[in-house]
Amino acid sequence: MIVLEKRPQPSREWALATPLVAVLATMIVGGLLFGALGTNPLVAIRTIFWDPLFGEFAFYYRPQLLVKGAPLVLIAIGLSLGFKAGIWNIGAEGQYIIGALVGAGIGLAFYPLDAWYVFPLMVIGGAVGGWAWAMIPALLKVRFGTNEILVSLMLVYVAEQLLASMSLGLLKNPEGHGFPGSRNLADYPSATSWINQDVGLHWGVAFALIAVIFAYVLLNRHMLGFHIRLTGDAPRAARFAGVNPARLILFCLGASGALAGLAGLFEISGPAGQVSIDFNIGYGFTAIIVAFLGRLHPVGILLAGALMALTYIGGEIAQSQLGLPAAAIQVFQGMLLFFLLALDLLTNFRVRMRKSEVA
Amino acid sequence: MDLSAINPVLLVASLMVAATPILLAAIGELVVEKAGVLNLGVEGMMITGAICGFAIAVETGSPWAGFIGAAAGGAALSLLFVLLTQLALANQVASGLGLTLFGLGFSALLGQSYVGVKPPATPKLEFLGLSDLSVIGPILFHHDLILYFGIVLVAAVWAALKYTRMGLILRAVGENHDAAHALGYKVVRIRILAILFGGACAGLGGAYVSLVRVPQWTEGMTAGIGWIALALVVFASWKPWRVLLGAYLFGGITVLQLNLQAAGVAIPVEYLAMSPYVVTILVLVILSADKSSAPASLGRIFHAAR
Repeated sequence: MIVLEKRPQPSREWALATPLVAVLATMIVGGLLFGALGTNPLVAIRTIFWDPLFGEFAFYYRPQLLVKGAPLVLIAIGLSLGFKAGIWNIGAEGQYIIGALVGAGIGLAFYPLDAWYVFPLMVIGGAVGGWAWAMIPALLKVRFGTNEILVSLMLVYVAEQLLASMSLGLLKNPEGHGFPGSRNLADYPSATSWINQDVGLHWGVAFALIAVIFAYVLLNRHMLGFHIRLTGDAPRAARFAGVNPARLILFCLGASGALAGLAGLFEISGPAGQVSIDFNIGYGFTAIIVAFLGRLHPVGILLAGALMALTYIGGEIAQSQLGLPAAAIQVFQGMLLFFLLALDLLTNFRVRMRKSEVA
Repeated sequence: MDLSAINPVLLVASLMVAATPILLAAIGELVVEKAGVLNLGVEGMMITGAICGFAIAVETGSPWAGFIGAAAGGAALSLLFVLLTQLALANQVASGLGLTLFGLGFSALLGQSYVGVKPPATPKLEFLGLSDLSVIGPILFHHDLILYFGIVLVAAVWAALKYTRMGLILRAVGENHDAAHALGYKVVRIRILAILFGGACAGLGGAYVSLVRVPQWTEGMTAGIGWIALALVVFASWKPWRVLLGAYLFGGITVLQLNLQAAGVAIPVEYLAMSPYVVTILVLVILSADKSSAPASLGRIFHAAR
């Protein structure tokens, strides 16, 4: 009979290997799924994972990797801080929307003024917007003990309605002939986040890299980072060590909200360009998978973000060339998270065969 | 604006319909949480139930086959949660989130060929003479079977938890799994059954959305009511009858805001549409001060060392 024996220490080897094994398992099971949908599994896997990087049109897809990866990494870095401490912000999608709305609102208010300070103000606005939206579940949790999972998620639906209201009302392009959606910020030089559109470089990419470095230093070299890890691993010990849980909640939710807001701002003033009803495409939720796939470690998240961006782009190619449905890639991403969580068993437990004995 | 267009009798009758999916999902999740498991995948199981029920009802032409299929579909997805949390001992919060993300994608994949299809109608029960009464008739005696089933299920869960040995064991597992294990109860087996029950209930609730309430299939059509059901369990303080009360409160708000939209109230549509979510947060805040009634082992991983 198979028994599980708890390891005294989580296995380092397995902790590093599980993401790779999970990706492989997802490819195999995903391949079977694509086969069931009537596509050649090998062609599908090649289209998703190989063509965007080395295929015929890779010159077009490679910049997309940065564009899709930056928001995922930026959001996932913020989420990982809270997840480490057992603080579950799953409303990043809402904070992303509000950050984008506040930032875009500032940019549109200055239109068509040409000044250097417009974009920095928008960046601050985006961060503050996301931060403020995350402060709602944070303050409610600190003050009333309300569950932050449910509140932050409910606020996603509220934010989506606000987005609809803004793109149809307040922020609508006055010269847009009545069509919904705002002016295009990517065409407004003082407000665009693009640095070089041809190579896919925008300020979000730069901020994502800075966030990775900051998170790494915070978690490994700073007292606050130690407190975050301590609270996650041993909440009682953390209390005795003098960690203030309320401050930690405010910091973790606030930081993840601000980063999600920034991601939204960079997206809306660059790749997306305008405030529109369908502006958000689920980065806030995919970032949860990215955070786990990256083992809640900043460098891991960077790699996981790149991989997840690859599946987004590969999924789009597979959609246009092979006729794979858009939802298939969503299933693929969900499967990845499943395999990862299941394989984590091997990190914390040893699987042993044991003859059943008489009690 | 014409508020007189809102008929209070029809409002109450339709709020019961609007509340039923939330009620079914929430009563299932209540049993799961009473067993000490936090399954955040309700939304994913609901949407899976919605498409399974829809597809089977369309293919067989029978809504009842659809509802059974929906319960089976929801339970099948919850089996994934079982594998992850009970056998692979994974974190329940992360697994539940994964279930929701996967369920949303999977249902969209299954439902591609069902967009715009009309499902077979679910018949309403007719009680001889009673259904034609003026006010009570439309409210109490003119609904489909599933709506009554939801109310009966609440009563059954309440009675089972309170008066039966099975309910006592379930609560023991949820309050202190180590003690229950020491007494010789099969903690994992009991939790697996509870999770499957929760999955079946959520699936049924999802099918009620796609077969009765809307009735149509669109991607992501459950629109967060699975999460509202989760919130409902918290503010019902894990008590079955309060779940019923809460579900009707939410059904009421949903129906009322739809009626106000139709009546052309001066509030923009988007702000009315966000009201159920805002109210959920407010009620959560008011009622979450009392955490004492939460099952003590909720969300904790059980691993029998020997």
